[in-house]
Amino acid sequence: MNQLTRYLFEHFDRVWPLIVQHFWISGTSLAIALVIALPLGLFISRKQALATPVLIVLGVVYTIPSFALFAFLVPFTGIGAQPAIIALTAYALVVLVRNTMVAFNGVDRGVIEAARGMGMSNPQILWRIEIPLALPIVVAGIRIAALSTIGLTTIAAWIGAGGLGQLLRDGMNDPTYSKLYGGIIAIGAIAIVADLLFRLVERLVSIPTPRRTAAPIVKPVADLKEA
Amino acid sequence: MDTLQKALEYALDPSNDFADALGMHLKLSGVALLIAVAIGVPLGIWISRFGAPAQIVVNIMGVVRVVPSIAVLFLLLPPLHTGFRPSAVALTLLAVPPLLINTDAGMRSVDRTVLEAGRGLGMSAWRLLWRVQMPLALPVVLAGLRIAAVEVIASATLATLIGGGGLGDFIAAGLSLSRNYILLVGAIPVALLALIVELSLAYLQRVTVRYQRTR
Repeated sequence: MNQLTRYLFEHFDRVWPLIVQHFWISGTSLAIALVIALPLGLFISRKQALATPVLIVLGVVYTIPSFALFAFLVPFTGIGAQPAIIALTAYALVVLVRNTMVAFNGVDRGVIEAARGMGMSNPQILWRIEIPLALPIVVAGIRIAALSTIGLTTIAAWIGAGGLGQLLRDGMNDPTYSKLYGGIIAIGAIAIVADLLFRLVERLVSIPTPRRTAAPIVKPVADLKEA
Repeated sequence: MDTLQKALEYALDPSNDFADALGMHLKLSGVALLIAVAIGVPLGIWISRFGAPAQIVVNIMGVVRVVPSIAVLFLLLPPLHTGFRPSAVALTLLAVPPLLINTDAGMRSVDRTVLEAGRGLGMSAWRLLWRVQMPLALPVVLAGLRIAAVEVIASATLATLIGGGGLGDFIAAGLSLSRNYILLVGAIPVALLALIVELSLAYLQRVTVRYQRTR
């Protein structure tokens, strides 16, 4: 273990800027995707006719391997962080829109009727009933989007975006492999820690439902995008 | 349009070995998927028979799956060096977790009363597995296969980075030579390949579900 992490500690001055760059690319992509996806997901959960075409288009985008999508963008944007952020935003958008839609569709009609019967207005129902009930699935979507984005940012090093993938890119020619191992450990550790943190948040925002209501279990729908 | 034309010319020029790269991509993906099915499905069936200890294995697989595929590829570089072997092993490692997790979930989803009925009819454990459990678990297992297949085809694009070849070769070459049309020679076929596999396996999945409902 000592051998594997040596580079990270001995050359922390060189690793730190890459970590910052990595999180900057992942974070920017996720933030843009969130701003677009949350309203869009809510919107298509209300307009079912729009849901199918939107989901088909997003599904096609999600299936494209990231290295290929980066390659499609490079002719238009040149290399660097820009094509990376565009592609990663698109992927994150897919996961977030799908999960937001499923989350709002999964809210029990009966609960909404009951709220209306109690005299709640539409905005009140949205903010006090639907959003709290949809939140755990939305957060699950954010977890999947974040993990995919963090992983895919690594690949963006090959289109000149920097980030921790740079350690793999430079480290494969070093015969001691210390840089390579450092990069792999850093990327793997960040992914696993991020997964645990988001699962914790998911648990914190879920509302304990009484067993007798037998609420339908709504599960997050998107798969992790590995490459 | 001009770039597309040049890309097509480049791909059709035999000296650029497009067919070899495509063949290598399919070979890498195919070998990895076959081995992963041979490991993941029986293991998933076996594990589905246990309660809590099996859940630990499934959870560990869930954590392993979180590690990005590019990290797994490069992890095999020091012990196996570059080329086909480390790439195929890495892709296999990536494909096993979704297959195992879904096989386990599929087997568990089979209604207990159906199993009781099968046993009541005097079916042996082996027959019960083949004639009852497997057909009922099939849509979920196929969902796992679809996830694994698309993941493997996408990850095989990265095999070029550790000298494994495949269509990623053209993307890597296009990037290092700053030639946009060479980028497209890799990017377009690999995107189409991923889409075709996704759509056909999704269709297969739907067919098996329909088959179950009519029965």
